[in-house]
Amino acid sequence: MSKFEVLSHAGEQQVVLQLDKLNKIFNADTPLQNHVLHDISLQVSRGELVALVGTSGSGKSTLLNVMGLLDVSSSGELRIQGHLVQGMTEQQRTQLRSESIGFVFQFHHLISAFSVLDNVLMPLMLRFGKPAKEQVEYAEYLLGEVGLMQFMRQSTNRLSGGQQQRVAIARALVTRPALVFADEPTGNLDTQTADEVFSLFERFNVEHRCAIVIVTHDPRLSARCPRTIRLTDGRVVYDGPSVNLPSLFASPL
Amino acid sequence: MSFVSQIASWRNSLWIEWRIALRFLADNPLQTLLISVAISVGAAVIVFITALMTGLQDNVINRTLGTQAHIRIEATRQHNILSTTPEGQYVWALESPRAQRLQTINNWQEVRDVLDQYPVLNTVSPLISGPAFAQKGTARASIALMGIDPERYHGIIELKEYLREGRFIVGASNVLIGQQLAEDLGLRTGDKLRLDTGDNRQAVMDVAGIFELGVRELDSRYVYTDLKQAQTLLDLPGGVTVLELKITDVFNADYWAQRLTQLTGLHVQSWMESNGQLLNALSSQTMTTQMIRVFVALSVAFGIASVLAVSVVQRTREIGILRAMGSTQQQILRVFLLQGGLLGLAGSLLGVLVGYTLVQVFNGIEERLFLIRLEPSMLLSAIAIATAAGVVAAMVPARRAAQYDPAVAIRYV
Repeated sequence: MSKFEVLSHAGEQQVVLQLDKLNKIFNADTPLQNHVLHDISLQVSRGELVALVGTSGSGKSTLLNVMGLLDVSSSGELRIQGHLVQGMTEQQRTQLRSESIGFVFQFHHLISAFSVLDNVLMPLMLRFGKPAKEQVEYAEYLLGEVGLMQFMRQSTNRLSGGQQQRVAIARALVTRPALVFADEPTGNLDTQTADEVFSLFERFNVEHRCAIVIVTHDPRLSARCPRTIRLTDGRVVYDGPSVNLPSLFASPL
Repeated sequence: MSFVSQIASWRNSLWIEWRIALRFLADNPLQTLLISVAISVGAAVIVFITALMTGLQDNVINRTLGTQAHIRIEATRQHNILSTTPEGQYVWALESPRAQRLQTINNWQEVRDVLDQYPVLNTVSPLISGPAFAQKGTARASIALMGIDPERYHGIIELKEYLREGRFIVGASNVLIGQQLAEDLGLRTGDKLRLDTGDNRQAVMDVAGIFELGVRELDSRYVYTDLKQAQTLLDLPGGVTVLELKITDVFNADYWAQRLTQLTGLHVQSWMESNGQLLNALSSQTMTTQMIRVFVALSVAFGIASVLAVSVVQRTREIGILRAMGSTQQQILRVFLLQGGLLGLAGSLLGVLVGYTLVQVFNGIEERLFLIRLEPSMLLSAIAIATAAGVVAAMVPARRAAQYDPAVAIRYV
């Protein structure tokens, strides 16, 4: 056991994410009006691992952006760890995002101008400035956990796709967020690498007790999540235990 | 307490902005280098042209003022006094202006002593000056006979410095003559020279020394002798025609001329009045220089702005990532403002170095006309202005970067 393990599992039924009749309309009141999300209501509790599935264009990414405070909803309520997001200023949303939320994107989105370690530390540096020794140690520990200790000082350009995605996971976790959003984190990886990366999510989900919402197209991976939310045309059509039913993944592709 | 922690957190937060700004610049070395060179060329031009113009103008003013007083006080000009006209009547008068004969300043010793009290008047030198002929054998030349008090006169023109041969002796039977006059009359040190001031007043003098002021007109006309001798020759016993002054700040001459007019009631003229054309030329030169500087600075600022505008677009996705990682809009804004400032700083440091080298090269030329002095304060202000201009130029691109929608920016390819 490392000194960084989260030992307290108290309050694990606590709701970290709550949506109530959330709507998102792009270009409202113009001829190009596009109603993307319709009355989305859902809850995610601490420590849950949720797969968000749906065909492309179903609104998964938009929902993820709204939940991740990268975008604002048009109506409805969104609460993160009990904080009502509606009515917050840009500054307050940024602060809540940096305190509570971690992101992993499909294309890793590392900043190549910085070393692997600096990329992992970036959320902390943006919030606190020069990182403390303890913070650096934690980032190194996370890099060790994803198996990239030896690449710490290197540029991110030299890493393979799977390695970069593992750096991104370490970066998402470095602030010890209550919520991690992953937007098709394995979409760009081969099957074996995808499995490895997904295993990391499972592991951190258990070890760090953070809620993880993963958007994925891969039925094998969503089946490994205890819970699946399925979106169709901007509406939640299924929210419950994952069942490996091919019909759930009827894809036009 | 919270104020202290506020400052600490602010300093801490700037740390990452510095770091990102520096990394972004270092990450694209070619772009950074090219724009830095462009800025430095602009800064070098500004530094060099400023130094050159300052040097040139100083030189022109020094040369002009080196051979003349800043302020000349002469006796009140003579004018006609018209008889008073009876009430209600008009008189047509045809007035011919009075000829200004050589006349002494009344009580010039007193005036001199009063003026000596002003610390701003560095030198007060009495001078008697009038027309004369210089004669050697059958050759004659018209000259200006200058009777001086050598002790005081060296504060007006440092004659010793201009002496080409002979010694600086101004006495009852000694004269100093100009190089041109010496050539015209075939005179050398120790030769005899006859001075004729009309009305049968003549004197035979020894040429004690020959000076060269570098102004042909003066070198062919000025003949210096002792005050007493000149008074006798010009038939103004005990009198002087001019009090010449030098003041500390040459550009204040007009103001002091005005004050002295009120104080003495005499005819006072400053060098600025008598050199109106020169001053005009200098000020239009200054304006031209100023315009060149402004336009060069503008093109440098637009250069920085355009490079940063491109950089903001190139880094759209990274800005989106930073926003998703929890950076504030202000942090993004500051990252790009810092880049602008850093480019301005680096470019102007390089430019000042180049400008300095150019000036040294110029000063190294054998037959240069004058020496350019580089004021450290000018260099520092050039750097400070360039850095500030960089920050200002970065404002538009930085605002754009800060206002990116993170959800859109992050998908930018």
